[in-house]
Amino acid sequence: MTVQDATVTELPTLLPESEPFRMLGQSTPDSALWPRLYTALVRGRRYNTQATALTRQGRLAVYPSSTGQEACQVAAALALGPRDWLFPSYRDTLAAVTRGLPPAAALGLLRGDWHTGYDPHAHRIAPLCTPLATQLPHAVGLAHAARLRGDDVAVLGLVGDGGTSEGDFHEALNFAAVWRAPVVFLVQNNGWAISVPLAKQTAAPSIAHKAIGYGMPGRLVDGNDAPAVHHVLTEALDRARAGGGPTLVEALTYRVDAHTNADDATRYRDDAEVAAWRARDPLPRLERELRRHGLLTDDAAEAARADAEELAAGLRAALGSDPPLAPADLFAHVYATPTPQLREQAAGFGGGAGGAP
Amino acid sequence: MTVPMAQALNRALRDALAEDPDVHLLGEDIGALGGVFRVTDGLAAEFGENRCTDTPLAEAGILGTAAGMAMYGLRPVVEMQFDAFAYPAFEQLVSHVARMRNRTRGAVPMPLTVRVPYGGGIGGVEHHSDSSETYYMATPGLHVVTPATVADAYGLLRQAIASDDPVVFLEPKRLYWTKGELDGRVAPFGRAAVRRTGADATLLTYGPALPVCLAAADAAREQGWDLGVVDLRTLVPFDDETVCAEVSRTGRAVVVHEAAGFAGPGAEIAARVTERCFHHLRAPVLRVTGFDIPYPPPLLEHHHLPDADRILAAVARLQWDLV
Repeated sequence: MTVQDATVTELPTLLPESEPFRMLGQSTPDSALWPRLYTALVRGRRYNTQATALTRQGRLAVYPSSTGQEACQVAAALALGPRDWLFPSYRDTLAAVTRGLPPAAALGLLRGDWHTGYDPHAHRIAPLCTPLATQLPHAVGLAHAARLRGDDVAVLGLVGDGGTSEGDFHEALNFAAVWRAPVVFLVQNNGWAISVPLAKQTAAPSIAHKAIGYGMPGRLVDGNDAPAVHHVLTEALDRARAGGGPTLVEALTYRVDAHTNADDATRYRDDAEVAAWRARDPLPRLERELRRHGLLTDDAAEAARADAEELAAGLRAALGSDPPLAPADLFAHVYATPTPQLREQAAGFGGGAGGAP
Repeated sequence: MTVPMAQALNRALRDALAEDPDVHLLGEDIGALGGVFRVTDGLAAEFGENRCTDTPLAEAGILGTAAGMAMYGLRPVVEMQFDAFAYPAFEQLVSHVARMRNRTRGAVPMPLTVRVPYGGGIGGVEHHSDSSETYYMATPGLHVVTPATVADAYGLLRQAIASDDPVVFLEPKRLYWTKGELDGRVAPFGRAAVRRTGADATLLTYGPALPVCLAAADAAREQGWDLGVVDLRTLVPFDDETVCAEVSRTGRAVVVHEAAGFAGPGAEIAARVTERCFHHLRAPVLRVTGFDIPYPPPLLEHHHLPDADRILAAVARLQWDLV
């Protein structure tokens, strides 16, 4: 069989669905998983509103909200097993929190007391990545390393629609496919890269179609349908763990808020577009479906709200005061053993209370 | 044992692969071909393709995936095929590899070596002869190392691979085929080597310019100057101690390198020497460097590369009338 034959044969299995994969209103609910997703969504929405409020109060330097994208965030976190790794971007703190990272640790970067507020190995969550798509090659390399060691690990890399224009996105997907690395790429296509709409990023029929060029399957999923996102990611992660190689998943969602609190979205998009997406909000959609199937009582909904309020109160308590700062730590951890030049600078640095260099 | 530098590097890689199962080589054409300079010759056959891997042709991808492997505890050694081909990987190096330890408060070290054949003098066409050390030196979190002898090629590369921090390991292309004694000893970082002691002035140099400086020192004897030559070996960390001891003894110094002079390594070195040894200096620290031009085409490169004549002309300007 020639290479061309193989491509033609495999093409149908690599092509994404023409309509986004959906489960809400179409599938029998999983009575254990769907309520769990609901609770996580309620927490996630409250997390976003609380972090946004804390930013207005000056408690965070900046907050890139994932309001409207919570289904992707919580489904991504809950699809991962404890041994798996998550590679988030700066907009994905909710995924990290849903995976179990304390919110104040997840927000360390945005609070500004240190670049990474947690030990990535302890949580199997890579540092929040600011340069677009540059964490995806790391995800591939880590997945490849785990496979070389024979470890049962799968890796999930998160990126936005704008990030798919970057060279590192291309290189990561290409390496992943060539190495059959156990990695899944989730593109949260939220429609906007700050002020630039998707049509100015790509002329591809969909981002998921790009998978074909790498020889990996592409999946298109309704990103505001939490069970659907969870299902597609779980399938892809299982496939990766079984040695089937990487998958590119595009989730169609929407960035309801501006890029960050510092952005003014009214300069580049219509309120009508935002309103249309608010009508497709992932939280009420799942809630309606659960109630329709008798899987959500008022008491359970109230318990979810109380749980979310507890999270918000914890966040306010954790971020309500100024963080302890250790200026002398600026010199620590640049090298395992500081160079003589760094030791000299540290010794001459008078500003430091706190840890020794 | 006398071997060419390329073979000493090959031996260092082989010994590291044999001693530590976490060492993995990644690069373009490093497998069956053994690398365009044959530095990885035979390693894929001996250790398998999972230990010596031909990657897709994409430098950012190579370094980015190597960073991910390092996060998992492996010890990747990346080969960039040529100096100027390493630039696509620059963002991965600067934004991630160099700062990963710091941004995670030590939780995620990057025990990663980036081997870069660098410099000119081999008749390479455009984009094959850059001296890119200045960029790497200006990036906190990296070690920048360059051997000038066969023994150091082995010893410094072993130390680089053993390092728990990222090392940019610059291999002088035009010395790949130069033979020398291989002693199999690991060479520590941060220690310059006094290759020749001299009473009158000190040449401070590294990598491909070392043989040029030694030749210049020989020629200087005929003109009555006794020149010392210091081989810096590691640009980061920098051995202020040895440099200042030598320069303080002679009171005169010339920095010699191929990289462009403006804001180049020599600027840093001259400033450090001036800050530390001002009262021992009898003349300003001078520089003999590549010109501030894009690297020339191969038929013109000899004009650009520091040679003995330019070095001696600089030595002649070291205010000998002032005693």
